[in-house]
Amino acid sequence: MQNIAPNIEAISGTKVAAGVKRVRIVRQLTLIIPAIVLFLLVLAAIFADLSWLGLPDVRLAPYDPVKISMSERFLPPFWAEEGSTAHILGTDNIGRDILSRVIYGSRISLSVSLLVIVITAGVGTVLGIIAGYLGGRTDGFLMRVTDVSLSFPPILLALLLAATMGPGYWTIVLALSILGWAPYARLIRGEALRLREEDFVGQARIIGASPIRIMVRHVFPNIINPLIIMMTLSVGMVILTEAALSYLGAGIPPPNPSWGNMVNDGRSYIDTAWWISTFPGVAIGLVVLSGNFMGDWLRDTMDPRLRQL
Amino acid sequence: MSDVILQVEDLHTSFFTRAGEVKAVDGISFYVREGETFGLVGESACGKTVTGLSILRLLPEPAGIIVGGKIILEGKNLLELSKKEMREIRGEKISMILQDPMTSLNPVYTVGDQIGESVRQHQHLPDDMVETEVVSALRLLGIPAPESRLHDYPFQMSGGMRQRVVGSIAMSCRPRLLIADEPTTALDATIQAQYLALFRDIQKQTDVAIIFITHDFGVVASICHRVAVMYAGKIMETASTSTIFKTPKHPYTSALIHSVPRLDRKDDRLYSIEGQPPSLLNLPPGCRFAPRCPDVQDVCHKQQPPEVEIGEGHTVSCWKVK
Amino acid sequence: MLFRTSMSTEEDIARIRANLGLDKPIYEQYWIFLSNALQGDLGESLVKDRPVTEMIWERLPNTLKLAVSSFLISMIAAFMLGVLGATRRDTFLDNGVKFIAILGQALPGFWVAIMAILVFSVYWQVLPPYGLGGPSHYVLPVVTMAFFLLPGMMRLVRSSMLDVLDSEYIKLARIKGLPERVVIWKHALRNALIAPLTVAGMIFAMLITGAVITEQVFAWPGVGRLSIEALVSRDFPVVQGITIMVAVVVLAINLLVDIAYAYIDPRIRYQQM
Repeated sequence: MQNIAPNIEAISGTKVAAGVKRVRIVRQLTLIIPAIVLFLLVLAAIFADLSWLGLPDVRLAPYDPVKISMSERFLPPFWAEEGSTAHILGTDNIGRDILSRVIYGSRISLSVSLLVIVITAGVGTVLGIIAGYLGGRTDGFLMRVTDVSLSFPPILLALLLAATMGPGYWTIVLALSILGWAPYARLIRGEALRLREEDFVGQARIIGASPIRIMVRHVFPNIINPLIIMMTLSVGMVILTEAALSYLGAGIPPPNPSWGNMVNDGRSYIDTAWWISTFPGVAIGLVVLSGNFMGDWLRDTMDPRLRQL
Repeated sequence: MSDVILQVEDLHTSFFTRAGEVKAVDGISFYVREGETFGLVGESACGKTVTGLSILRLLPEPAGIIVGGKIILEGKNLLELSKKEMREIRGEKISMILQDPMTSLNPVYTVGDQIGESVRQHQHLPDDMVETEVVSALRLLGIPAPESRLHDYPFQMSGGMRQRVVGSIAMSCRPRLLIADEPTTALDATIQAQYLALFRDIQKQTDVAIIFITHDFGVVASICHRVAVMYAGKIMETASTSTIFKTPKHPYTSALIHSVPRLDRKDDRLYSIEGQPPSLLNLPPGCRFAPRCPDVQDVCHKQQPPEVEIGEGHTVSCWKVK
Repeated sequence: MLFRTSMSTEEDIARIRANLGLDKPIYEQYWIFLSNALQGDLGESLVKDRPVTEMIWERLPNTLKLAVSSFLISMIAAFMLGVLGATRRDTFLDNGVKFIAILGQALPGFWVAIMAILVFSVYWQVLPPYGLGGPSHYVLPVVTMAFFLLPGMMRLVRSSMLDVLDSEYIKLARIKGLPERVVIWKHALRNALIAPLTVAGMIFAMLITGAVITEQVFAWPGVGRLSIEALVSRDFPVVQGITIMVAVVVLAINLLVDIAYAYIDPRIRYQQM
């Protein structure tokens, strides 16, 4: 409903120009800051120690993450009363350095998410293109399977697998991969459906190209954009789920640190040593937030149609 | 001579965007009489739709603001009314038909419900009387067997039928003024003629004044009594339809009429006006049409021409005319 | 494998296998299981010597109490906030809504729950940290569950609403002179509901996930917690039983959603489209 302009002078040209510039800077920041965070994370994961290069004593993390030190248990972070800079983020109930464990924990989170994303994106894309392009009963069947996979809580499946195979790295990867392809399939199928009606696909059919050739050569290159966006946005989701699974005990078993199981470790001591659970959670939040921001930025830049917020 | 229902005086409407102030309507004046169809013609983005929305005070917020002028309906300046008073006017005194019948109707409610809503809102009648009014509105728009249509959903109807339903909603409270925003653009040519005939019929029956927004001079010829030609937010020429076609005085008007392809003339090439309308962010000083005008003079680039009355109800803004 | 100790003899193992029916061929085992399951018998716990069905049944009411109350509260809140965010776009309220959504989707639920315990139970001591009980015992668990359910739905409602508010029929509703209240709650909302319904299945998945985690954090004696306990003690039949139950419910929910869809959107109902 319309109001009449109160005073036009307030909306002057220079103010508008300044506003535009501010918005542009903020937008660039929403890409740069998360990118830096993620980059640092990757660095931390790779350089936690260089034992994979044969140099076990060269490390970024100040301590061995599984080294127990009963004399230094329950040290609070350095800014608290009994804290010291020797253990910046404190120690846990058996004297292991929290900072080092957080750094090493990044390895698990990163490698699991990388693996899972590659597998799920791959499977999901293939199925999505097939379903979307071929349509008909193939589509109907695949979509039913997708719907059920989407509604099935990954947690339960992971628990089932863990009860069968025992908790561990590959259990989690498997659990997340078995259901994780479904969102990709759905997204890609939507795109494939749309592309199927495009003229250039019609042309290809007219000159007699086989369905496989069309799918690979025409459909696939056009779904790369939304695919990349979804993959970036998945980083956060996978890390969160992996952390939850580790927290519940279905994931990486102790003493190897993963952010999830660190939070679990600290839960019993929440009233006396809050830092054991807090810092790994902060790490998770930071990484997921960065992944989400980057994904949003990519989506706003590459494909505003998919905008959600 | 019937009464003047609507008088627009020096209306200014702008959109305030990040890129600056877009002057969509920059000082236009016109009037519409009871029982008359007034055409508002022009290219896309000349400000005609914005004019219609301004009269209803339904510009998109927060960017669209009416910056100045008066809009007088039956003696009252609409721009001075409160939101609540304006809401009472909408639908009851002034109504509007939008362009695309496919998207104008809410897909999840029945036709009867959507028409009845208007009646209920403004006329506070008991339920059975509401139904009578709805049926009568459907009948007015020429929909056969209206009673059986009440429980239909929009998707069950053809485009032409849907547009009639939109018309029924608009006319359900028998408004004094109807603003029709390119209602025939989305229809087939054959249905267009029917629909226009319908308008004439409704007007005869209810004496409603119509502002007909279009870019199609053919439609203008067939239904409008008087016409105003708009360009880049200003009115270039206003006259009765016959005058505009017989003796257009503004170069833009002549050019527009000339560009309509005709079957009775053998043209080798279709005539089109060179150039593009100016950006409404950066308007040239002087006459808006100067950069494209075939009869342009020096003064045209420097100063905007005043509006001059050169005949009975015929006004022009052009330096060619004194 | 699970029971083998260093002392087991061949005969012992054979006997246990016969007991559990493991010596029969695979397909026969499967058939036995299936027919039992359809009659409500999901096998017996390996650890507790009780029928799985009974164990689940016992804990189910607790989970339902938590799940139903959390679901209702979260969905209502998500809708209100989503609609408010859409109708008061770019205001303080809207930015608040966006902020909640962003944080809610980035922070791990189990961690937020533990931090909440830290603040409300340890420092401020106003809410109990564990267990089943009166209303105050519900607060933190329900809020934690909301953490899983709210952000996604809220975001979806908001964007769906924004899309709908842009459409022509909403413009027409305003042209009719309808009060803004009616435009939003009658015309816009019903159309905006269609999209969130499509993710109802996913919301249900989040509900289960949230339940398992929340019950674990707050030691809530429900089915979720049972599954964790079973996991830790490698009590496979219990986990399997719970999983099957969930799978059945998932299929049921999908069916219900299809029905609700047809009810809300008449175009689906009439199927001639």
